[in-house]
Parts: sequence; structure tokens; C-alpha cells
Amino acid sequence: MDFNDSKEEAAFRETCRAWLNDNAKRKASPDEVFGRGMSAAELMQAAREWQGRKAQAGFGAITWPEKFGGRGGSPIQEVIYRQEEGKYKVPVGAFNVSLGMVIPSLFVHANSSEAKQHVNDALHGKELWCQLLSEPNAGSDLGMIRTKAERCTDGRDGWIINGQKVWTTLAQFADCGLVLTRTDPDVPKFAGMTTFYVDMNAEGVEICPIRQANGEEEFNEVFFTDVFVPDIQRVGDVGAGWKVTLTGLMNERLSIGGVIPPELWRTTIKHMQECDLGDGKTALDDGVMRQQLSDLYLNAQGLWLLQCRGLTALGQGREPGAELSVAKIVGARTLQDFSYFAMDLKGTGGILTADDLGDSWRLVEQLWMGAAGMRIAGGTDEIVKNNVGERVLGLPPEPRTDKGKTYKELLSGS
Amino acid sequence: MEFRFTEEQRMIRDTAQAFLAEISSSQAIRSAMATEQGYEDKIWQRICDEMYWQAVHIPEEYGGMGLGYVELVAMLEQMGRYLLCSPFFSTLCLAANALMIAGTAEQKRHYLSQICDGSLTATLAYTSINGQWGAGAIQGTVETQGNNYVLNGTYRYVPDGHTAELLIVAARKEGSTGEKGISLFAIPADTPGVSRTWLPTMDQTRKQAEIVLENVILSAEHLMGEQSNAWPQLRKVIQLATIATAAEQTGGSQQVLDLTVAYTKERVQFGRPIASFQAVKHQAADMMLRTEVARSAVYYAACVAEESINGGPLAGELAEAASVAKSYCSDGYFNNASDAIQLHGGVGFTWEYDVHLYFKRAKSSELFLGNAAYHRELVAKMLLD
Repeated sequence: MDFNDSKEEAAFRETCRAWLNDNAKRKASPDEVFGRGMSAAELMQAAREWQGRKAQAGFGAITWPEKFGGRGGSPIQEVIYRQEEGKYKVPVGAFNVSLGMVIPSLFVHANSSEAKQHVNDALHGKELWCQLLSEPNAGSDLGMIRTKAERCTDGRDGWIINGQKVWTTLAQFADCGLVLTRTDPDVPKFAGMTTFYVDMNAEGVEICPIRQANGEEEFNEVFFTDVFVPDIQRVGDVGAGWKVTLTGLMNERLSIGGVIPPELWRTTIKHMQECDLGDGKTALDDGVMRQQLSDLYLNAQGLWLLQCRGLTALGQGREPGAELSVAKIVGARTLQDFSYFAMDLKGTGGILTADDLGDSWRLVEQLWMGAAGMRIAGGTDEIVKNNVGERVLGLPPEPRTDKGKTYKELLSGS
Repeated sequence: MEFRFTEEQRMIRDTAQAFLAEISSSQAIRSAMATEQGYEDKIWQRICDEMYWQAVHIPEEYGGMGLGYVELVAMLEQMGRYLLCSPFFSTLCLAANALMIAGTAEQKRHYLSQICDGSLTATLAYTSINGQWGAGAIQGTVETQGNNYVLNGTYRYVPDGHTAELLIVAARKEGSTGEKGISLFAIPADTPGVSRTWLPTMDQTRKQAEIVLENVILSAEHLMGEQSNAWPQLRKVIQLATIATAAEQTGGSQQVLDLTVAYTKERVQFGRPIASFQAVKHQAADMMLRTEVARSAVYYAACVAEESINGGPLAGELAEAASVAKSYCSDGYFNNASDAIQLHGGVGFTWEYDVHLYFKRAKSSELFLGNAAYHRELVAKMLLD
């Protein structure tokens, strides 16, 4: 076992550092967040520019095949780059879905020259892509999507899409989106779906922001009313929509390296120092709080080790399996614990927002509400536990009332 | 053994619930919380004119309804359930209690009657920037100047401090520490030297303010209780307010459980309501357990509070009952609100659904007047002495 960078990895890390040093400003402290005071639109513009510069330097999408503009690199290299980038005050995350989940589906399943142009534009930050999967009636039960695509009967070589998607991150800024549709209701639900990509500015596409509990508006509802999509924008075979979607979800694992801001425990120590318990004592002198600090540190370490195992598997061409699923639960819970503990240490002052307490509080404030979202988005804790129980541990599945039926039969049943 | 509401108390609870369901809808809460004042004048007017709640437990001789603390708690539970945005809590559960316990006959007559007729809102300010909730919280100072008192200090986390017309303020004699040297004053908010600022709180349904006193000169008739010896009375006021908070927390705890049950019964995934999945059922069962324990603790505390005001064998248990109730109710409410978000899935994380409003109120009421850890420590001290 070896947790040190291999010689090649160390060399790669040096390359990343050198480039970042020349092209970005270092964060003053680990919990500095880029974009304070910027509007969502300004933030988006900054993200596009940064992506463009990364792409020019060969860091835009490290694991992509070289012919698509990547370095043909390994997942661990992507993780190394993200670790180094995390030390700099740059916009991160806006292109994760585009480049990490959506576009890779294109180069596996779509071959046209148009598709190739999109791949290139996305890589350079000129195009932002979103993923249109969930619907009001199909969240955890994604197989039950209703948005349909029907072949044109007016001679045009294309499809007409009608329906509604929900929870689409950054749709309001996206140029294109990958949409999962129902094309055949007379087969079991996973077999009758097809994926297309759509121009988000096409006629009939309507985007409505959803305000989140943390006050932000990252997600949206997207309505499709008789939206025409040429067949050349179909991604994969008719009926292969689920397979294409799984390709995207598989690529989500590359984000396992960057869930926790580094060294949160140092921030916690700072909060503990500022927590005055009277008689010259701070929270650092309190046994119970010291235990909580240890817990946080242990969880963060444990999470890192899980991620290491997952990355090891990926690097060797194997599926990460259980480590990855459990990492999501542990990660969200650790962030929640960090922010809850910080809240406790702040005491009564925790009632207030960063507008009063100052910028250094913003991370805690964001995580305190946001961590609740992390346990739900991208696979709820409960679904993850189901999967761990049934697929990893092999426990008998709960009786399923929705297997072996066509989508149409299921629709009338529910 | 008779540990339940009388028929009259049940009626008060049910009437409160029905009225609040009408005037404190989700829309009403969101409108009120978006304002800096934090409540709609029209709605407070309706509460005063139609329900006379502003007089609920104030003695009849001042124009009050003369009901007891159990009735008050029954109403507060419903107010917590509907996240009522109004000056009720600050005026009745903080200021009116302070007047009833520490006010002179003239102050009671003058101020309580105005509160009863709906023409005066009030609050209590004692904690400083240190955000503590015991005697050590009091940092504002008072010195005598002839027949007058001069107050200086900064007070924080004062509910409705920026809108209340009367401020009950605690200050300590220069040089005193702990429970010694504390006095209480009734200060009209427009007294020269008083400035108030709204604070940005993450729970927008309960507004808080910072109050700064700069050489505020008060004549003798503003003193409440005994000069430099008001802590015993203030402590009692704090304990009563703690129980009132716990009552609101219980209502909120119940409401998030009800919202969760309703949602999970309706939400269909994988061909059946998600409520039919065991993991979901178990969590809902846990939520109910927490609410029932909390409710038991706060109803008992209400009985103790009643006897501490009007006499009775339970009167001596006020401190313990308050801390027990606040501990259970704080943890229970927050854990329930947290689970409620989780069980609502994606919509639980939207602004549009009400769950996050309860989540934030759960946290702010947990922090107000001391969280579970603080109260558990108080109980431990009581047990070990």
C-alpha cells in the first residue's frame, strides 16, 4: 500500500501546481469561497473564462481521450488536479456536470460532426450543458419519466418532445441539455427510453428557476412544449436511453475526490478557540467538544480513505462498488456534522447570518442548510442504503410491485 | 392521576388551532417574514380584536382574561405549529411576565392594561453580545445620578427589540458580577439614548434586534423590583419564557411530523407510496416518539409554571421543569425538522415547501434561552448539588 504520489503522479502534481501558480490567485484561507458579491450571471461568466483557460493548457478535462481534447489521463490525475485547484480562488463546479457526466455520453454514443463541435465548445467553456433527467413524478424512481419524444409525421427527420423536467442544475445558463425521454410505453420502463440533446434556446423550451431552502436558485424546472429535435441530435439508439444515462452516472464517480473542503478540522479548531466558556477556558478545554473535534477528524480521514480505495479500483480499471456509495453518505454527514458543530460553538450568535457575522461564517452558513440537500440530491441516503443492502450485501429485496410490467401498465396502476 | 387538559383547555387549544390555520397560512408566514417588522399589523389587530390573546394570562384586574399557564402553553403549542409571526411571544411571554413578577403596582396598572387593550407591544432585553442566557449574560450597567438612573450597554438577540414600544431591560451595578447587583427597568422605546437595530437572522420568522443604550436617563418610577436585587425575579421570568419556548417547539415538532406523514403517503415511487417503505416508517415513528416525550415534558412544566405563579406544591420545581422541557423540546424539534427535510426528498430542499421554515425556527429556538447542552448542564448541577 502506498498513499504517496507515485513518481508519475508527483510529476503531474508539480505540473498542475506550476500552471496554477502562474494563472490563478491562491486562497488566503482554506474556507475562502470564490465569488463573494458576484451575481449568478457574473459567476457563470467567470466560470466560462476559467474553463477556457484550463482547456487551453490541457487541464480542461483530464480523463477525456486526447482526440476530444483531454489528456487521456487517469481518474487519479483528475483528482490530483482538483486537489491543487482547490487551493486557488477560482470558480469551481459549474462545468462538472457538463464535462463530467453529460459530454462523455456524447463521445461514447454520438458520432456526428455537430456532436464533435459541441464536445469541443463545452471543453473550452463556450457551451454549458445541463442534464434533464428527474421529473416531478420520477425522482428516486427515475424509470417512471413521462416526458415523451414522438417521431415527426410531417416529413421532417426528427422528433417532437413534450413534458417537464425538474431539479435541472444551471439550466438557466445552459446552452444545451441532454434529455431522457419516453419513446416506447409498451415495454418495461427502462427499455423504452431514448436520449437526445437539445438547444436550451429552442422554441418550446421554457426554464423556470426553483428557489432552494438556502435562498439560492441553482435548480430549475424545464418545460418542453412541442420542441422539435432533429434525429441527428439523438444520442445512442432508440430505446438505449437508460444505457446512455448510466454512462453519465458512472462518470459521477470522478467527483469523489473533491467532496470535502480540505482540512475542515483546522477551521473547527479556530471556532473552538473563539468559543469562550468563561474562567479563561475555551472550547479547546472541554472534553466533550474535544471528542467532537476528533470525530470530525476521524470522519474526514475515513472518507478520504474510502475515496482512496475507490480511486485505486478505478485506476486499475475496476468498478469502485460499495466504497463509492458509502462515501456519499459519509461525506454529506461529515459536512453536516462540521457545520452543526460550528453552529454549536458559535452559540447564540449562530442565529445570525454571515451578513452580520462576516465572510468567514459564509461556509458554515452554506453547509448548515446545504448539507441537508446533499443527503437527498444525486441519490438519497435511503436509496443508497437500499442499493448497499441489496446489491452489495445481497439482502433479499423488498417485494417490488413494479417489476415485470410495461411502463403503460405501471402508469395506470399508480 | 389526571395529567391531561380539562375540557375547557381542550377548547382553547382547538379554537387556537382553527384560528391559526386561517390567519397563519404558509402565505401569511412568508409575507410577514419578508418584512423587517416581522408581522402584519392587520393580523395582529385581528388577533387582539377577535381572540383577545394579548390578554390571555394577565390578571383580570388589569383587563386580562386571567387564564393560567397551562392555557397559555396550549395556545403557544399551536402558535409554534403555525409559525405565527406576531409580537405575542415577546409581549406576553417575556415582557408581561416580567411586569407581573417584578412590576410595581403602578407599572402593572399602567402597562398591563395597555398590553391588554392591544395598544402596547413590549419585550425583554438582558443578554449582551456574549450571547449567554444566565446572570452572566447581563453586561449593561446602571449608575445612580441623584434620583435618576443612567443606563449604558449593548443588548443582543432581543425578540422584536426593534419594534417593541416598551423595553424591559436588565442592567447591573458597575463592578458587580454574577447574580448580584442586577436591576430591572421599564423603558419606553422612544426614550432618548435608546437605539435599536434589526439583526439579520437565518430564521426570518422570529425577528431579533440589537439595542444600544447610551446614557439613558430614567427617573425612579422606571425601576422594577428591588434595586440591585432583581435577579431572583428575572431568573423566574427567564424560566417561564423557557417553558413558553418549549411549548412552541413542541407544536413545530408535531407539525413537521404531520407534514411528513402527509407527504410520504402521497408521494409514489416504485409503484407505491414511499410511506410503505420500512426505512421511512421507522423514521416517522422516531419523530413521533420525540414529539410525545417533548410534549409530556412541556405540559408538566406548564403545570409547574402555573403553580409557581399562583402557588402550589410544584412551585419549587420550576428551574428543573424548565430545563428538562427545553432540552427535550430543542433536540426533538431540530431532529424532527431535519428528518422531515430528508423524508420530503428533493422538495424538502426547496424554498417553496414549508419544511425549511421549521428547520430554521427549530435551530433559532434551540439557541434562544439556552440549547439542550446548556440545560442538561443545569440539570446536572441541580442533581449533583
